[in-house]
Amino acid sequence: MAEITLKSLAHTYSANPQSAQDYAIREMNHVWQQGGAYALLGPSGCGKSTLLNIISGLLEPSSGDVLFDGEVVNALPPEARNIAQVFQFPVIYDTMTVYDNLAFPLRNVKTPEARVHERVMEVADVLELTSQLKRKAKNLTADEKQKVSMGRGLVRDDVSAILFDEPLTVIDPQLKWTLRRKLKEIHQRFQITMIYVTHDQLEASTFADKIAVMYEGQVVQFGTPRELFETPNHTFVGYFIGSPGMNFLDVSARDGEVWAGDTALTVGLGVRDAIEKATSSNIKLGIRPEFIEVHADPLEGGMSAQVDHAQDLGTYSIVYLTLGGISLKARIEEDQVTPTGKAWLRFPDERLGLYVDEYRVEIDHE
Amino acid sequence: MNKVYNNRAWWLILPMLLLVAFSAVIPLMTVVNYSVQDVFDAHTRFFTGTEWFKEMLNDPALQAAVLRQFAFSLTILAIEVPLGIGIALIMPKKGWQASAALILVTMPLLIPWNVVGSIWQIFTRGDIGLMGWSLRELGYGYNITANPVDAWATIILMDVWHWTSLIALLCYSGLRSIPDAYYQAARIDRASKWAVFRYIQLPKLTNVLVIGVLLRFMHSFMIYAEPFVLTGGGPGNSTTFLSQSLTTMAIGQQDLGPSAAFSLIYFLIILLVTWVFYTAIMNMQKDNNKGA
Repeated sequence: MAEITLKSLAHTYSANPQSAQDYAIREMNHVWQQGGAYALLGPSGCGKSTLLNIISGLLEPSSGDVLFDGEVVNALPPEARNIAQVFQFPVIYDTMTVYDNLAFPLRNVKTPEARVHERVMEVADVLELTSQLKRKAKNLTADEKQKVSMGRGLVRDDVSAILFDEPLTVIDPQLKWTLRRKLKEIHQRFQITMIYVTHDQLEASTFADKIAVMYEGQVVQFGTPRELFETPNHTFVGYFIGSPGMNFLDVSARDGEVWAGDTALTVGLGVRDAIEKATSSNIKLGIRPEFIEVHADPLEGGMSAQVDHAQDLGTYSIVYLTLGGISLKARIEEDQVTPTGKAWLRFPDERLGLYVDEYRVEIDHE
Repeated sequence: MNKVYNNRAWWLILPMLLLVAFSAVIPLMTVVNYSVQDVFDAHTRFFTGTEWFKEMLNDPALQAAVLRQFAFSLTILAIEVPLGIGIALIMPKKGWQASAALILVTMPLLIPWNVVGSIWQIFTRGDIGLMGWSLRELGYGYNITANPVDAWATIILMDVWHWTSLIALLCYSGLRSIPDAYYQAARIDRASKWAVFRYIQLPKLTNVLVIGVLLRFMHSFMIYAEPFVLTGGGPGNSTTFLSQSLTTMAIGQQDLGPSAAFSLIYFLIILLVTWVFYTAIMNMQKDNNKGA
């Protein structure tokens, strides 16, 4: 059990890094509190696995420190950090039975056999492996093997943390869901810090209390699933979280109005003032498809847009719109009328996000 | 849908059948032919049945050669397999050192059998051979032409030198194929070096080791040129192995009938041991508690 702190951590695989692009992890600071259930979310190649391997000690960071409960552990190998890690593809000890596989991490540190038995039975029960215990691990199916791999992490109840590196990749969807619930249950029961790496936002939000979104070697936002959804800190979070992702419009302020291309937008004064204050020319207005109000009839102060097509997804539809040459997506619930031809839009002020140089800036809604 | 049966397709295996017939079946049948007859010349022959086989199986000299042969094969396997695994484990894994080690280890395998015999013949000579001379200088009366223990030890040493590389190379390739994740998981599981070897490396080496052991067994069981050049089978008969006995009988004495019978027995022993070994290993890998 430990609080894990990353202090000015950076890592590069290049011997002679020239620019920020050469870094798998760009300088970052982060704290994983004891007992939390965290997800590390990001696209492939954003540095998630690298970060995980640095925490577990399989990799030594190029610079910065990893601290467990305030103590620098950079030089400690994984076996000295007392940490568990589950890999993307199952790693099992072929010649051993399932029971011996689960007992292996405990027997390696000479745990009394009675205690080993107790723990193995408990973990096997949670993972529904009890009936398989006497089988040779070699003959299991891929998802059973992965359960055994996970079991070897869970069987140690005194670990600093358990790290999961996309552990459910090889598991079929139905069982995936069950196992995710199981992990959550185990977390609640033992209060072990768990960090779960994934590129699937659904997986992240069902498992974790707090999600760290990684992008190009940096954690761009760390927050609850709701925070990530409602107030993305970075355009990447807006785009990556949500289905479909956030709409972004390149905007500028001219003659006291806010323009997206050649279309004047109807937005609050606070938004206009914030845009006028920005020093960069990279200014984007973001709004989630869920929050765009779409009206089939003309609306006072509404912006008229062209309806390109609608996609019916059962309980809701996604409407593809064009507003002054800019494509937008809006989500319409099934009890609403889906407009055809022309629609009138409204952007609720409190739902708008303003992004200068990709990062969110505060809007003063008077 | 109706499945079409057309047995004319059997003709397609004809070329393969012919090839196998010429390469294996016909030569073997010649031996079988000789083993059950007493052949004097192209027109004179007598059917002897199992007489040659009985005679061969009861020949004390051959029985001794068989025992000697087994002792030799088992000894070199017991040394070469662990040694080969050990060498594979310490061979460098990357960089120029890896290439250098590979070349160095492969060297002995490239030397022809009788050249190996000659090298060791000179190497062990008491007057000019480095090993023979050194041992004598150290006060040991080393002499492979007079002392059977010296002769045996030297032949085993020679075989180990010549063939351990094969096991080492096979194991090296086996070790390279183990994904990194296994070693990482073992570190996370706090496995000792021995546990990593016992539960990750050795299981992954099983298949290459089966091939290695089979090859080395068959090969060593047929050893001929090296001991022939080095000791000539002596002193006495102490290093006369099966193939040398056979050659003496077939070429030296022109006893074609007994030699043919003996060849077949020889062949069957190798086949039998190989089969038993292979079956045993494959059985070991099966799940003993299916669906427990």
